[in-house]
Amino acid sequence: MVNKKEKIIESILMLCATVSVLTTIGILWVLISESSSFFSKVSIKDFLTDTQWTPLFAEKHFGILPLISGTLLTTFIAILIALPTGLSIAIYLNEYAPKRFRKIVKPLLEVLAAIPTVVYGYFALMVVTPFLQKFIPDMAGFNALSPGIVMGIMIIPIISSLSEDALYSVPKALREASYGMGATRLQTSFKVLVPAATSGITVSIILAISRAIGETMIVAIAAGQQPRLTLNPLVPIETITTYIVQVSLGDVVQGSLEYQTIFAAGIALFVLTFILNNISYFIKKKFQEKYE
Amino acid sequence: MKQKFDINRFKDNAFKYFGIACTLFGLAVLSVFLINILIEGLGRLNWQFFTSLPSRKPEKAGILICLLGSIWIMFLTALIAVPLGVASGIFLEEYGKKNKFASFIEINISNLAGVPSIIYGLLALEIFVRILGLGKSLLAGSLTLSLLILPIIIVSTREAIKAVPKSIREASYALGATRWQTIWFQVLPAASGGLLTGVILAISRAVGESAPLIVIGALLYITTIPTSPMDDFAVMPIQIFNWLSRPQKGFIENATAAIIVLLLITFMMNGLAIYLRNRWQKKIKW
Repeated sequence: MVNKKEKIIESILMLCATVSVLTTIGILWVLISESSSFFSKVSIKDFLTDTQWTPLFAEKHFGILPLISGTLLTTFIAILIALPTGLSIAIYLNEYAPKRFRKIVKPLLEVLAAIPTVVYGYFALMVVTPFLQKFIPDMAGFNALSPGIVMGIMIIPIISSLSEDALYSVPKALREASYGMGATRLQTSFKVLVPAATSGITVSIILAISRAIGETMIVAIAAGQQPRLTLNPLVPIETITTYIVQVSLGDVVQGSLEYQTIFAAGIALFVLTFILNNISYFIKKKFQEKYE
Repeated sequence: MKQKFDINRFKDNAFKYFGIACTLFGLAVLSVFLINILIEGLGRLNWQFFTSLPSRKPEKAGILICLLGSIWIMFLTALIAVPLGVASGIFLEEYGKKNKFASFIEINISNLAGVPSIIYGLLALEIFVRILGLGKSLLAGSLTLSLLILPIIIVSTREAIKAVPKSIREASYALGATRWQTIWFQVLPAASGGLLTGVILAISRAVGESAPLIVIGALLYITTIPTSPMDDFAVMPIQIFNWLSRPQKGFIENATAAIIVLLLITFMMNGLAIYLRNRWQKKIKW
């Protein structure tokens, strides 16, 4: 009797655990089935090589490149801000900062990651863009630069927190050996700790990139809705995520080609982040126990 | 004796100040943002703002409907995601340690955690809104957000359970308790602090989320208070987004005031989570 009850409970728990598998299957099925009807009308070659994305206009083009370039441009700017800042914070907190300071600052920095992204969108549009326009007068009201910067600030805690964990877990012996040789804290950090913690730091950077690629509200609010193939951070662009939002806000008939474009855009986004996430998972598993 | 100028020591100190500058940069930006928000929005926060329906006139508009929508979403999402997530976490940590199925689920969850939130919106649009016919209802929205926060809850459940020492389990088994009795009466109570922290953080994430809800079509101009899970709804972040996309200055002011309310909710939940975590870490010393 008791045994039977135990078995039933175990099955229920297992059933709950399968929900996450069903979610993955669901995502793949939805993306593939909707975009396969899209790709029966638009060739994959056009999708990947056409340099214009105008599915909502009379003259339709379905080249994903402008959306990808917009996505990568904002992501690049974000990483340019977050990587040096985040890594310096991690090194400073790990090697230089007094314990008390570290204990106060770490949770405070994590507040940055807890703020809803729509709030960051407001900052990008209403605070950062007007501020930058004072220095760069020909910057457009919607642009890639200020959402990129704001996104960078948002992902600082991802890099600083995960990198600090990685630095912290470098065995004490390595650190002490370095100090024993007369190295300064800076030399120890960059010549011993950072190389030893490379895998952890890399994982943090990849996660930050993946987060920036998938970020929606900041760019939807502040980057504009004009897909264009450009590296100019001062003009309006459109990211993959913004396009999905733009279509969702309008009245697009379900089952129409316009409706299917958001799933095609979604699959491009999914593939990008999927590759990055798996690289980071692989690195994490492979190098996890190197020093243990 | 004159001290020689040591370039390495100089660099070392220079980096120290650079590190402080970087740390303060993050905090300074955060404070500038918060002060800006308070200056712009505090004047708009009054009783009328909390009790009014949406309106085409910014000075008459309020957040009643979206605030209630967010509260509905918070509870429904918790109701769906917490039992599912905790059960999955227990299964993975206590039952499925060695089998292939569990390690497959584990890879799966770490992948799901990295899927952009807007993709969950696409999933929900097809499955919940179209195939299950739930429409743009509160239920559809909560189901969407539940799937989104499920990986967070599962991971934090596992961490909390992992922290419970073996000796407690063994003592329970020695007294003749079954596996489930041990989990239910010993492991879960001992892990409750960590569990609660994870759950609160996950729900706070759901409350601030807007992208997937926009995809399922929740950006509506609705004027009725939601009273059942099948009603249409709006939530705070979406109302903010809506107001931000309007040209009139009054709506921008409304958006800032609503941001203050949303941040207050977020910070309160995060503060509670940190408090619980600290208390739990202090109270229990294995």
